[in-house]
Amino acid sequence: MEQEQRNSNVIQKGETSNRVTRLGETPSRSRKGMTVIVKTIASWVKVLIFLFGINIVLFGHLTPGGGFAGGVILASSYVLLMLAFGREFAEKNLSLPLASRLDCLGALMFALVAILGLAFGGSFFLNFLYQKYLPGEPLHLVSAGIIPLANIAIGLKVGASLFLITLTLSISCKGKECRFE
Amino acid sequence: MVIFYILLAFMIIAAIIAVETTDLLSSVICVGAIGMGTSLMFLFLRAPDIAITQIVVEVLGLIILIRATIARDLTFITGDREFFAVVVSVVIIFMIFLAGVEVFKTLPDFGTPVFAKVDGSPSQTYVEKGLAQTGAANVVSAIILDYRGYDTLGEATVLFTSILGATVILRAKSRKLVEEPDK
Repeated sequence: MEQEQRNSNVIQKGETSNRVTRLGETPSRSRKGMTVIVKTIASWVKVLIFLFGINIVLFGHLTPGGGFAGGVILASSYVLLMLAFGREFAEKNLSLPLASRLDCLGALMFALVAILGLAFGGSFFLNFLYQKYLPGEPLHLVSAGIIPLANIAIGLKVGASLFLITLTLSISCKGKECRFE
Repeated sequence: MVIFYILLAFMIIAAIIAVETTDLLSSVICVGAIGMGTSLMFLFLRAPDIAITQIVVEVLGLIILIRATIARDLTFITGDREFFAVVVSVVIIFMIFLAGVEVFKTLPDFGTPVFAKVDGSPSQTYVEKGLAQTGAANVVSAIILDYRGYDTLGEATVLFTSILGATVILRAKSRKLVEEPDK
């Protein structure tokens, strides 16, 4: 009896929070995401935000920015998708298992860059590419050795993990809809 | 220099409102205003790297906080404060303020590095030889990913562990919600 009451309480709480979460939802029209104005603007802007994030990550060793800021911008383009079109749409674009794999891949890549310095140059985090193999020209895209690689790794890691945390926080499990394993 | 005081006053007022207001949504918006002020301050101090990072993290954090606030049924805080707790907080904050004044007297002037007077200090070396030693035109990037690579590895580990913990905790709660109706 008590168990059942608690269950119904839990479910009701989930439903109310789910109802309140959807900002700008009109009951009669499409149920997921925001209004059509927001959806249209979001579908135009998302590509620009994503490209800006890639730009910030790739040119992190030349201009202000870098892996962390670029990664957050990459994540925010997906968060925009999630806010405008609903969680299911964003999850279709970048699923939870894929996001967690990208997260792990970024962390592994960063550790690998550090260990390659140990293998090729003799000390952890040594900039072996710049000192031995690929000096490059200053102020060009291909320069600075391992720093762009490390920026890409950090960007991948930060972007995937921030998208993951936003998605996980927004999950409201109802019935058997919860697919996060 | 005046702009810093204006921004500082703006941020202090926003912080006080964020603590004092009873509406959770207003409080979250005031926290966002503090973040914007911090970002502007970094920009005026000629630190664009930190300013970009601050603004994007602030925006993302604000989105998460507003979603979390709106999802709650009760967004107003009720109840009075205890007199004794207020007195204790004010006394402790005043003591910390006095200690802070004493500490700030020993700090170097605003805008000058701590090791500026020492020859061969790290900050001078980074600025002078950063481009030649690492090949990166952005000195901040050269420092955080080359000279101070261990720090960045530690930060990445902290982020990885916190995301891992958050996903695991939230997943356990969701699973419980799913399984309970079947019993």
